[in-house]
Amino acid sequence: MSEKRIALELRGVTKTFGEVVANKNVDLTLHHGEILAILGENGSGKTTLMNMIAGIYYPDEGHIYVDGEEANIRSPKDAFAYGVGMIHQHFKLVDVFSAADNIILGINDGTKYNKKEIAKKVSAIADKYGFHLEPGKKIHEMAVSEKQTVEIIKVLYRGAEILILDEPTAVLTPQETEKLFNVLRNMRDDGKSIIIITHKMHEVMSISDRVAVLRKGEHIATVETAKTTEAELADMMIGKKVSLNIERSEPKNPQRRLTVSNINSKNEDGISVLDNISFEVNSGEILGIAGIAGSGQRELLESIAGLYHLDSGSIVYVDPKTDKEENLRDKNPIQIRELGVRLSFVPEDRLGMGLVGNMDIIDNMMLRSYRRGHSAFLDRSKPRELAENIIKSLEVVTPDAHTPVRRLSGGNVQKVLVGREIAASPSLLMAAYPVRGLDINSSYMIYNLLNKQKESGVAVVFVGEDIDVLIDLCDRILVMNSGKITGIVDARTAKKEEIGLLMTKSTSIAEDEAAQKGGAVNG
Amino acid sequence: MIAFLTSAIRLGMAFLFGSTGETITEKAGHLNLGIPGVMCVGASCGCLAGSIYYNAVDGNLNPFLAVIIPILATVIGGALMGLIYSFLTVTLRSNQNVTGLVLTTFGVGVSNYMIAQLDAVSFGKANIYFRASLPFAEKLGWFGKLFFSYGVFVYLAIAIAVATTIILSKTRIGLNLRAVGENPATADAAGINVSRYRYLATCIGCGIAGLGGLCFIMDYLGGNWEYMIDAIGWLAIALVIFTVWKPSLGIVGSIIFGGLYIASSYITGVSFALKEILKMLPYAVTVIVLIITSIRAKKESQPPQSLGLSYFREER
Repeated sequence: MSEKRIALELRGVTKTFGEVVANKNVDLTLHHGEILAILGENGSGKTTLMNMIAGIYYPDEGHIYVDGEEANIRSPKDAFAYGVGMIHQHFKLVDVFSAADNIILGINDGTKYNKKEIAKKVSAIADKYGFHLEPGKKIHEMAVSEKQTVEIIKVLYRGAEILILDEPTAVLTPQETEKLFNVLRNMRDDGKSIIIITHKMHEVMSISDRVAVLRKGEHIATVETAKTTEAELADMMIGKKVSLNIERSEPKNPQRRLTVSNINSKNEDGISVLDNISFEVNSGEILGIAGIAGSGQRELLESIAGLYHLDSGSIVYVDPKTDKEENLRDKNPIQIRELGVRLSFVPEDRLGMGLVGNMDIIDNMMLRSYRRGHSAFLDRSKPRELAENIIKSLEVVTPDAHTPVRRLSGGNVQKVLVGREIAASPSLLMAAYPVRGLDINSSYMIYNLLNKQKESGVAVVFVGEDIDVLIDLCDRILVMNSGKITGIVDARTAKKEEIGLLMTKSTSIAEDEAAQKGGAVNG
Repeated sequence: MIAFLTSAIRLGMAFLFGSTGETITEKAGHLNLGIPGVMCVGASCGCLAGSIYYNAVDGNLNPFLAVIIPILATVIGGALMGLIYSFLTVTLRSNQNVTGLVLTTFGVGVSNYMIAQLDAVSFGKANIYFRASLPFAEKLGWFGKLFFSYGVFVYLAIAIAVATTIILSKTRIGLNLRAVGENPATADAAGINVSRYRYLATCIGCGIAGLGGLCFIMDYLGGNWEYMIDAIGWLAIALVIFTVWKPSLGIVGSIIFGGLYIASSYITGVSFALKEILKMLPYAVTVIVLIITSIRAKKESQPPQSLGLSYFREER
């Protein structure tokens, strides 16, 4: 390994956004003809680091060397000049153009715009590495995997020697992933250097030569894949448990409030976003949901709230007063409310889904209650009371209740939203990343609010990204990966490493059980 | 019948200039509702220049200069309007619809003011040179009348429409321009200067659209000013939709629009009310085209994806 020439080297690279340190003093080396996997939790700075190599961001400190020479990469164009090409998670393609047109877009090499010649060149590249691509096909007629192929060939066409792929397998089926990996291996054998970001441990093990682990913006270690184990990598990625001293009471008289059974949903590209999900939520407990971002948490909460389409399965709500059961599947939020289901939802997109940014706090309160009015004109007295109550009790920093919420800081916006949802006295409260972007004091205030709800018998579902918080706050933790439940653990006894491993595991509990049964039969 | 057709073609060319110009602008992602204003300003700049030239030579017009000076002035006037539009929408990122409507109101007012300062005789005289047709047209009977009896504007409009079609579909510049209108973020990542393309496309587009106004005054109306260029401008915008953003279809579309617009005066024995309804036909046809293209949802006949949206690089 050490014999290999170094293609790319980062030394002491630091990048901050405002006060947030995205990358701190990162060193990284990439050899010619190798595949390097980058592993890390959400917000560990993987994508930011890669964006600096690709010219999207410019490092605050540190140096980047390409083939031993210092490279000053200020734009994607500069990156191409150094032979660096990045395939982003969100494709940058023009829908109505053909594959070939997208590939040559923006290139000015002085040659004539000859569609036949270009198509020939594109096909040559595709054949060389084993891609399948029709150069004349329009992007909007393509499946996701084909679009990804176009992106990769676009980079190769520009002569990239170093390819960076940001979570390329997130949008692919297992078969497509295997195809992609074969192509990547062909490219590696051709001497290209490849960096791949992925959250799936088995993919790391199967594709990479070495693994670099990032945690909280810092480079923890780079190890050879052959000489490490999944458990060791998960340990490095998650780190040691930090105690947070969040108060937690024992659940009192837990009763079943929600039963989700075997729900499935595919997105428009045919990728499974919810895969056979089953679990229960009880009153008086906090159920935590852990997982790498985009593992299906949002879709799960939205499907319970009546905002996301399901292909199969059922969501049964038990009314705490009457014990009547209601299936919430295929009902919209208004129908759910009319059934008497007291469900509150704090979505992750606060100003997009939760509140209206241009309206003041009072009017935002009314969004949830205006239907109760009986006269032709709005009655703002009750919402005003509520708004002022929330401002006082949650210490919202705002000039007054008439300030548009978009002018408040993130933490205060969140307090307004959580305050409103709790004021509806729910029996089921779902909160997605409610402390994201909040300072420590505001975060603890939100934890206390959730705890109070729990103590008063509300069933709370809490989607979080900080595992330490999940372990200290919740009663049970459900772990998701790629739309599947990979485990449900007791938060009081769970180890952080255990959760980390579940987050990167790709088989669901059901599949594990099936495998065990199959093994038993075989044995 | 021949008279109707030639008349339709001559009016249609005013639409064609406007729609070709607007198509170029829209392909870059700019929904420019200022086209009526641009055409007014373009036309009055041309008339102003023509008038100045007429007075400078005491009425002894050189045929070539009498044509070329107003044309250049019109293009410059239109391009200046495009520059205002681009500055507001690209540099200051203001709303494109509002900016466009402001330009229309502004343009109509300015051109009315400019025209009020001129005496119509001086710029109107040049119309004979604008309308001068090829000498052999007379000898070819109906064929000559239909194809060769027009002045310079008809051929210029068609030439520009054809050239635009070729540039948009067959050159790298056209490819880049379309990418800017479809998905500016992608174009930016591919190393295309989005702002430059938007500025240039809008200025060139407005310059061409301005010619539509001059064409209407000098060719169709024979050198008489009429305060209705803005109506032509709105129809030009409708024509862009009618032709599903294809300047080549615009050649046929503009003649159809021209025909529909003047049909009422060629049909005898119908009531005044019915004639007014006939005048409405181009708009009705555009609505129908919009409905059909929306139902078919064919990606190629949709407006550019980022039409009407300002672009700025996202920063964290």
